[in-house]
Order: sequence, then C-alpha cells, then structure tokens
Amino acid sequence: MSRDGAVRQGRGGRDDDGGRERSMVPRATFRSYYGRPVLKPPVWEWKIPAYLFTGGLSAGAALLAAGADLTDRPELRRTARVGGFAALLASMYLLVADLGRPERFHHMLRVAKPSSPMSVGTWILVAYGPGSALAATAEVLPAAVRGTLPGRLLRLAARPAGLSAAVFAPGVASYTAVLLSQTAVPAWHDARRELPFVFTGSAAASAAGLGMLTAPVAEAGPARRLGAVGAAAEIVASRLIDRRPGLVTQAYTTGRPHRLRKASEYLTLGGAVTALTLARRSRVAAAVGGLALMAGSVLQRFGTFEAGVTSTKDPAYVVEPQRRRLQAREEGRDEE
Amino acid sequence: MTAENSFYGPLEDPAGDAGHREHPPRMGFFTDTSVCIGCKACEVACKEWNGIPEDGIDLLGMSFDNTGMLGASSWRHVAFIEQERPLGRQDAGLADLPVGPSSTEEAEEVVADALEVARRGGGDLGTAPVDLGFPSFDLPGAGTGTETRTQFRWLMSSDVCKHCTHAGCLDVCPTGALFRTEFGTVVVQPDICNGCGYCVSGCPYGVIDRRPDDGRAWKCTMCYDRLRDGLEPACAKACPTDSIQFGPLDELRRNADRRLAALHEAGVTEAQLYGRDPEDGVGGDGAFFLLLDDPEVYGLPPDPVVPTRDLMSMWKHAGVAASALLAVSAAVFVRGGRR
Repeated sequence: MSRDGAVRQGRGGRDDDGGRERSMVPRATFRSYYGRPVLKPPVWEWKIPAYLFTGGLSAGAALLAAGADLTDRPELRRTARVGGFAALLASMYLLVADLGRPERFHHMLRVAKPSSPMSVGTWILVAYGPGSALAATAEVLPAAVRGTLPGRLLRLAARPAGLSAAVFAPGVASYTAVLLSQTAVPAWHDARRELPFVFTGSAAASAAGLGMLTAPVAEAGPARRLGAVGAAAEIVASRLIDRRPGLVTQAYTTGRPHRLRKASEYLTLGGAVTALTLARRSRVAAAVGGLALMAGSVLQRFGTFEAGVTSTKDPAYVVEPQRRRLQAREEGRDEE
Repeated sequence: MTAENSFYGPLEDPAGDAGHREHPPRMGFFTDTSVCIGCKACEVACKEWNGIPEDGIDLLGMSFDNTGMLGASSWRHVAFIEQERPLGRQDAGLADLPVGPSSTEEAEEVVADALEVARRGGGDLGTAPVDLGFPSFDLPGAGTGTETRTQFRWLMSSDVCKHCTHAGCLDVCPTGALFRTEFGTVVVQPDICNGCGYCVSGCPYGVIDRRPDDGRAWKCTMCYDRLRDGLEPACAKACPTDSIQFGPLDELRRNADRRLAALHEAGVTEAQLYGRDPEDGVGGDGAFFLLLDDPEVYGLPPDPVVPTRDLMSMWKHAGVAASALLAVSAAVFVRGGRR
C-alpha cells in the first residue's frame, strides 16, 4: 500500500478529490514532462466498446443458432439468427460511423494485412456476414414468398449459411481482443493474455442472454448452459486481469473502469445463477436473467475500454513500468 | 513479409524489407538537444512548408513551451524544461558576484509550491494573495543575495516522429495508408487514410493523431516531397544551431557517437543517446536524440516497445479462446440432449 500510495501521490497533483489534505509522502516516484501524458488517448469513442458488445453478441448468437438448427429447436434458432444478424447490422453501423472519414470505409478492403488485427478482423467479418445475413433472411420471409422457388431455395440455403457463420463466429468474438491488445495502450497491451478469454466469455454470455430472453424455456436449455459457462469464463479471466502484478493493473481496479467492471461482475454472476436455477422454470426469470447477462457484457466492454483510455492519460502508466523494466535489465534480471 | 525480424528486433534495411528493391540509403534525423536554443524555428518551418493548420493558440502556463506535445497539427515540438542543476561542470561565473535570482527565497518557495499544487499547474497564479514572508526580523537587504542563488539549467529539445524501424502505426494500419518509403521513413497517404484511428493507439511514442475537423491521421513525413527532390527537410534546414541534423542514418549514428564521447569528456556525463540502439524495442529510431536527462523528463517513453512484438503470442491466445468458445457451444447442445 505504501508504494501504491506514493505513486498515487506522485500523480495526485490534479486528482478530482478536490480539497483533500495532501500527505507528506514523497511526491514523485517517476518523472515526467510537467505531468503531461506520453501517449495519445485512443480517438475511439463509445461506438467502439458498443461494437465490442454487438460483435460478440452476433458471434455468440450465430453459434447458438447453428446448434439450435442441428438439434431441432426452431424458436431458439429463429431468434438467434435474427438477433445475431441485427447485432451484426448494428456493428457495421458502429464501425463505419466511428471512422474519421466514414465514406471511405471501403478502403479497409483494398489490402489484407496480417500485421493489422483491424485488417484481419475486417476480412473475418466479410467472411462471416453473408452467412449470418442469409440465415436471418430465411427466417423472416413473408408467407407469400416462402412457397416460391427463390423462397424455397433460400430456406434450403439457410442451414449451410448458418453453419458457415458459426465457423467464423469464434473469430469474430475473439479478434477484438487482439485488436485492443496490439496497441501501445498500457492497460490493453498488458492484459493481452487474458483479454481473449474475457471477450469470448462475454460474447457467449450475452448471446446466451439473448436466447434466454427471446426463446421459450423448453428450448433455451443450451442457452442457459452457455450463459453459465460463458459468465464463469468472463468473470475468472477478468479477475485474473485484476490480479496482475504491476502498476498498470490499477487502471482496472480504480475509478470508473473499476465500477463498471464490478457492476458487470454482479450482473453476470446474477444472470448465470438465474440461468442455472429459476430460469429453468419461469419465463419471466429467464428474461430477467438474460437481460442481466447482456447488461453485464455491455458493462464489461465499456469497463475494459475505459481502463485503456485511463492508462494513456496518466504518464505514470507508461513511465513507471518501462523504467522498472530498464532497471531490471541493468541489474541483469529479466522482467517480461 | 516473412523475413526474420520483420516485426521486432534489429533490422538492417527497413525499406528493403518493405519491398523497395533499388533504394537510397535510410535517411534520418539526429537531434542534438545540447545545442538546441529553443527558438522553435523548426516548428514554424514545418508548419509553413507542410501547410499545417493552426492548432489552438494556447498558453499552457508551464514554461516557454506552448505547443505541449506532438499531434496531428504539430509535427515538431520544442520541449522546454527548467532544472535546478548545472549543466555538466559548467560554471555560470556568478559565484562571488553579489547578484542572485530576481526574487527572494521566500517568494521563490511560495511560487514553486503553488506551481506544484495548483490545479492549472501555475496558470492560476496571481489570482489569490500569497504570503511573501513579511514582516521579517531581518533588515531588508541584510543578505548579500548570494545565499539565495540557485544553480539551474534549461533543457530544450525538438521532438519529432521517430520513423521507427518497427513502426507500430504502420503495422496496425488496415488500409495501407501508412507506408514505408524508399528512404526508410514512415508516411501517411492522406488520399487513402479513412480515419480509423488505430495508428493513434499503435504508436508507443504518442506521435500520430487524428485531426478532429478533418478526420484523418497526420504526422511528420520527414518532408517526403523535399527528400524526393534531394532537399533536406524544412525543420533541419531552418535550424540555426544544427541541433537538427539530417542525413543518411549510418552517418548520423557515427556523428552522434562522436558527439556523445566529446560531451562525456567535457564532463557532461548525463548526456545520453535515445533511439540510437538498433537492439531496442522498436529496432532503433530513424529520428534519434542526444538528451541531457532521462527521456521521460522530455515527455518521451523510457523504453518503448512496438506492440507488434507480441503479435504471434496474442493470436495464439485468441485462437485458444476461440476454440474453447466453439467447443463449449457444441457441448451445451450435446450434453443436455433434448431438454
């Protein structure tokens, strides 16, 4: 605590605690240029964490829909396909709208660049999208069209389309973790081993929440189990982030990111417990539990995102770990 | 693409690695901050030549530096640091003269303290009464003044895009707008950039940024247009003390080593090179520096690492997580049967 306290003192010059009495702890444990940030904060706004949620939701729903299709659960299949595609449409909007030049979104398609997770993700989405769209369209065909030849063909294509979406769905759910990790943002880069599990867990939990919310109790068994497993993975992985040694972890365990992630944990845990208990009998409880899982996923994404933003705004998160690394190297120790 | 050390580690020829066959030698900047006088001619010349818009005429209230940091519309930034410490073994020649700093020690203390705790870092000074230590038991003018004198030095340094051997911004750019030139520099093509903002977070130095009203990312091009015409970049051309030196990187590195040795010999033991080492986390910088204090004092990260270093490890973790998701999604349907 004393070390952490000193560090917080060190950058406490402009904290928002107002008139709190300053203690006599030595101030600076790191040096900086007038306390100004070293890094640029991400230019991404709320649309990107929102996309992290909708993208994960869409991917999880595609997996759920494929399973429901193969095990003959028509209601779960229908709502998961339609919900998954709706989430994909929302994702597309969020991704394009967040660009500085939205009209140039197609420039993403002029190269395929393995070193850029955003380029890799673009192509994963390109591969994923058509299957999701086709399967969802087949579900919402008006009765008049269903009987016609194109309508019958479309319904025939729905299963392969849904399965193709399910094949790419795990990629959609997990690439976003690499997208955030491959940055100089200390909190994201430091959590690079845990983030994929937080994000896929969160994707599974949110899609399961959608299934519990929209499908009848009799069909939603797999959704409830997926919700419980996804929630457990999300909570465990996110707890592992909180336990990482080093100053950067504070970006997750203090302030607004901490509050968001704590709330996420309660909601996710509540949703998972409901899924395993009450939701097996009551439709209302299933809906409430499903909503809790989805809300937990939203807050997890925003919490993680904001932890990253916070860690770029304070030079301590950049200077302190790097200085420590240099010192360790000088002393012949190998850190990281 | 698959060449060894394409993403991390020492790389002899970044331009060749990027696919340029016949190309000129790698060009760079060596910014020797020990001769920088803080005139900001580089900032002005850069703005003029590159037609960069104005980015806020602010008074930051911390020093003579009102640019703050590099950004979409500041491609050179002169840092200004005042320290209570002599430069090397330098003697200001004031030791026995009855002159001192213009303020009393008390005033100095009040100001220094206020600067540290002030919400606006000193911008609010003068808006509230301060205690200057009067009345006092000593007669006014009783001291000679020498007892209140302090040793101090000014550090000035012109910061710029580092044109890294392994550039985080370039690696993550999903449109190919950022590219490696034949000179080994890193440049954004404004007609390609769609403003995704990934490069902003990919840069371990916090250099590149998105211009809000324009939506695209901008940074130093090392005056790519001038280089192609055989001219030196505008900032180096304008620098009156040759603090900014431009030339083939090999040559600059030799110059820098000589300069460092000379400074160390002259007693400026704190002099250090920053970004010179091809073994560092970004494979060495195309624009490197001679500093007179630790890098973080100038607002530079002490040990930057290109995020791409961990590319394979990150995808492996994501692969495991994705496989687990697929397996669990299948298992929840199998295990439960038709319930």
